[in-house]
Amino acid sequence: METPVNKPKQLRIALRNCGMLDPENIAESIVRDAYQALGKVLKEYSPQECINILKQSGLRGRGGAGFPTGLKWEIASKSKSDQKYVVCNADEGDPGAFMDRSILEGDPHSVLEAMAICGYCIGADKGLIYIRAEYPLAIKRLKIAISQAMEWGLLGKNILGSGFNFEIKLCYGAGAFVCGEETALIHSMEGKRGEPTNKPPFPATSGFMKKPTNVNNVETFANIAPIILKGPEWFSSIGTKNSKGTKVFALAGKINHVGLIEVPMGTSLREIIYEIGGGIKENKKFKAVQTGGPSGGCLTEKHLDTPIDYENLIAAGSMMGSGGMIVMDENDCMVSVAKFYLDFIVGESCGKCTPCRVGNKRLYEILERITQGKGVMKDLDKLKNLSYIIKDTALCGLGQTSPNPVFSTLENFYDEYYEHVVEKKCRAGHCKNLFHYVINEELCVGCAACKRCCPVHAITGEKRKPHYIDSNICIRCNECIEKCSFDAISIQLEPKILV
Amino acid sequence: MTHIKSLEQLTSKRDELKSNLSRLDDPNNSEKKVQIKVAMATCGIASGARTTMDFLTAELSKRNIPSVVTQTGCMGYCYAEPTIEVKLPGKEAVIFGYVDTKRADEIIEKYIKTGELTEGVIPRNYDTID
Amino acid sequence: MEMIELSIDNKVLRVKKGTTILKAARKVGIEIPTLCHMELHNMNIENKPGSCRVCVVEVDGRRNLAPACITEVTPGMVVNTHTVRVLNARKTIVELLISDHPYDCLVCAKSGNCDLQSIAHKFGIRRVHFKGEKSTYRKDTSPSIIRDVDKCIMCRRCEMMCNEVQTVGALSAVNRGFISVVAPAFEMNLEQSSCTYCGQCVSVCPTGALTEVDSTNKVLLALMDKSKTVIVQTAPSVRAALGEEFGLPAGTLVTGKMVAALRRIGFKYVFDTDFAADLTIMEEGTELLGRLKAHLAGESNAKLPILTSCCPGWVNFMEHNFPDLLHIPSTAKSPQQMFGAIAKTYFADLIGVKRQDLVVVSVMPCLAKKYECQRDEFKVDGNPDVDFSISTRELADLIKQSNIDFLNLPDEDFDTPLGESTGASVIFGNTGGVIEAACRTAYELYTGKKLDVIEFESLRGKEGIRSAKLDFDGLTLNIGIAHGLSNARKLLDDVRAGKSDYHAIEIMACVGGCIAGGGQPYHHGDSKILRQRRNAIYREDKNKTIRKSHENPYIIQLYKDFLGQPCGQKSHELLHTVYYDKSREEITIHHD
Repeated sequence: METPVNKPKQLRIALRNCGMLDPENIAESIVRDAYQALGKVLKEYSPQECINILKQSGLRGRGGAGFPTGLKWEIASKSKSDQKYVVCNADEGDPGAFMDRSILEGDPHSVLEAMAICGYCIGADKGLIYIRAEYPLAIKRLKIAISQAMEWGLLGKNILGSGFNFEIKLCYGAGAFVCGEETALIHSMEGKRGEPTNKPPFPATSGFMKKPTNVNNVETFANIAPIILKGPEWFSSIGTKNSKGTKVFALAGKINHVGLIEVPMGTSLREIIYEIGGGIKENKKFKAVQTGGPSGGCLTEKHLDTPIDYENLIAAGSMMGSGGMIVMDENDCMVSVAKFYLDFIVGESCGKCTPCRVGNKRLYEILERITQGKGVMKDLDKLKNLSYIIKDTALCGLGQTSPNPVFSTLENFYDEYYEHVVEKKCRAGHCKNLFHYVINEELCVGCAACKRCCPVHAITGEKRKPHYIDSNICIRCNECIEKCSFDAISIQLEPKILV
Repeated sequence: MTHIKSLEQLTSKRDELKSNLSRLDDPNNSEKKVQIKVAMATCGIASGARTTMDFLTAELSKRNIPSVVTQTGCMGYCYAEPTIEVKLPGKEAVIFGYVDTKRADEIIEKYIKTGELTEGVIPRNYDTID
Repeated sequence: MEMIELSIDNKVLRVKKGTTILKAARKVGIEIPTLCHMELHNMNIENKPGSCRVCVVEVDGRRNLAPACITEVTPGMVVNTHTVRVLNARKTIVELLISDHPYDCLVCAKSGNCDLQSIAHKFGIRRVHFKGEKSTYRKDTSPSIIRDVDKCIMCRRCEMMCNEVQTVGALSAVNRGFISVVAPAFEMNLEQSSCTYCGQCVSVCPTGALTEVDSTNKVLLALMDKSKTVIVQTAPSVRAALGEEFGLPAGTLVTGKMVAALRRIGFKYVFDTDFAADLTIMEEGTELLGRLKAHLAGESNAKLPILTSCCPGWVNFMEHNFPDLLHIPSTAKSPQQMFGAIAKTYFADLIGVKRQDLVVVSVMPCLAKKYECQRDEFKVDGNPDVDFSISTRELADLIKQSNIDFLNLPDEDFDTPLGESTGASVIFGNTGGVIEAACRTAYELYTGKKLDVIEFESLRGKEGIRSAKLDFDGLTLNIGIAHGLSNARKLLDDVRAGKSDYHAIEIMACVGGCIAGGGQPYHHGDSKILRQRRNAIYREDKNKTIRKSHENPYIIQLYKDFLGQPCGQKSHELLHTVYYDKSREEITIHHD
């Protein structure tokens, strides 16, 4: 049997070492060129020359917003201060996203090395990794990696004889989503409540302990060393006009090959879903893919051939985000998807500004009404208007983008909202108040299997006579359908019939 | 304790480590070994990778197969965890998915001993920068 | 200074670099509405978390609306403060706040004084388009302050006061998302926190989330009780602020009308806490001189600096934060408690009323006084020296409820003997006042000479920490003054570290002193009001014929007839107290 070969769509830069080496043994990283880039930078480049390389490469922040990394470093390098900091944002929090965890667990030295390079470029001798405490394995491996790098002289004092000092410490986050926002992250590191403040001032001028601070995401750092070693031209030859290099995505949801992938910018959704991801589970119909986490939106069939990059995703009403990609099929209700994300935001908003704290709660409540079949047409206008105002007035990036799931589902799936509100129907059969089970009298043999398994005793009927389900009692657990050997029970997509 | 003081030292250390590795992979070298990597990120461990790794380590030594089993990070095939990579000396590495102890046993008996591929091979679907 | 040109609502103006849109707009007469923002000019107090988003404005070329209170102007900026987009957003934000707010304006303690209410009125909100869950929390009642945080709008003013201005750290935002709210750690009760009851949180709360414990009903019940003789004392700062509650300009002195009103409410005797302030000076001044003499005599255990102890918020702060320094404050009770102790002994005997039948009410600019009068050490057989302490605001309520036409009352005088006071006692209300009053007396007692100039201008001012060297006939006295507990903390840290060379330090918990106390009429962020009150206090001092405590004839009489010597045995029994270490009070988490 031959190994099947198909043309690879993936290109691994950030993930280059994940699954290739033992993250707890620095020697294996050294074999794969770890710290070569740092050595080269310290020996051959001035900080500005190194920053220029990054600027030429076109690398943009992989945390979501896509700010040019070289420019960010340059601003921090030009801030004058006796002390500066390099911060690695490892507070990965988007539902369904695990890119940063995988990099830290699989290749911690790629991040440490890049942080040291950044320190050299901006003039910082201290690095901090803000990592969520829910990532114990990543923390353990980072600790091992830091101590091994210190031991080998690749971090610490006078690195590789250059006179450059750099040390790295870990800060633990308590799992607040908003702490991925850089000002909130900095407050959290300072021991304060993790909530954002107005920008400006930006961290590059006043960050951790009011000192200039450069904050980059894990994946951004993981791209640095290859750019140094292979050159900016190599990196900028990959990708699209304004989005260079690759992007790691965590493929999840109704897709056959759930996993971590890295593709060149410009790859289409179709390639990702059908070629890399192996298509939709159980050959169901593709409905949408959610990108960008709670701040992102849904892309639909019409976007399947759009080349994925920062600009195109925004134009399509979503965003790059940190790289979560959740695939949905015909059984997913898009109103419920919006509700899911709003529920997440309502719990994860820091509570500081009114539109995010109260506005999102009200959005959630409207969505809940709609999924319960209690929505009215006015609710759709309210949803839209309130979403617009939250976007327009919220304090931080989290708040400003929090209504995106509503915008994008309203835009792409208005007919599903309309059905919920007017016809009281959920076509996906997901909203429990909007469908019920019926027993086909002609098929039912009265075996009572359904009656026995029903946890709430909603099914009645005499033996060997057709049974009946009381929709008012039924909790729509689906158990009866699965138990029935005669296909006598079916779902009726109509609102609950009140008897 | 290694303490590297210059880029040159780093490079020569890298080359030294590389040649050590290549000896393991040389089918004509007496030091040759089967190299197995087990994806041991959080997701892999949660799917049972530790059991698989312990099984492989114990069984390969019991069955007198010169081998080195190491942990590694996520290989990206979440749907097929636990995943392992097997590299027979001088051959291309092969990735196997859904490797519970039963399949691990199969891999030792078939692929490692005879070179015959078993079920569960995952085609490598990406390019690297190497 | 770099100047920046911009336009706001088509008006072109030039302002200093670093100015916010809000402040720039004010310069051209455009008042952008705010809710969370609050600034007390010249006091270095500014709350601008940019959290309520009521002040959003439209800036050309900007993607979203800009919060005026924290957005600095940029060259060529074009700002519009009342476009449809802005008005729609503002209204919606206020509606959102109201949608998570109890609809109990009619019975809310803050009704008529509520910033949320007035902004809703200003925006013409007649309907709230969003209905949904309201966040509800447990009500928390402490001896001084009630927290009803269902009404909290997360403006964070209280948090800023508690943490930055006072460094007390009792209040901060807790929880995430919709249920986030300002509360003590672990949502415990205030009583279990390090709260000093200074009441500065109450004085800045825009809604009814933080209010004082209302004791007016208890006072009314006592007044109706025929078996009780109810007397009242009024603190110096009350007379400089009470008028505001009746529409008079800030800084109007209403001493005479206040006395008249209290009589009409039904108090049998209307006395003055100022009398007790003079008494405090006698005790504290004597204590200062005693310690000073010991120090000059080279005694190693001379406890210097001596700290004033008339501010109960400050005393609480010290007990929580500086338990190792509890030996240095003056042991003299505060004027409120000295008054109570004298009233229930000397005065009760004088009028032949039993202690139990005498009810002492105090009117205070302060909420910590409510807690102070409940302290066990100020009770005799469970009967407190001061029965009820009400705030200036509560007194205004009492006057209004008693159908008294305050503005047309005649001026009346305090009763004797506990109503006579000097100018020295009046200035207790301002920062620096207590130490100035003490110095007027200490100087004359120490040197045996008369003061040429009674005012110690060097002790006055508004800086948070001030120091002055006074010449006591060749002896240089180093005086320190701090107001606002963050400033007190700095001075105390120095004392603790042995870096302080002060002989005496005056500390007031509230910035500005008692005139800005937590029980005063709400200033709504207008620092002019505080300045007017301050000036009124000094004016009252000037108008007094007697301006030194030791010259108060009734004080002289009191020592002669009853107390004997200042700091004598009887004084120690009645007028001095002890302090407790509260830093290790057991913390238990409250369960409903």
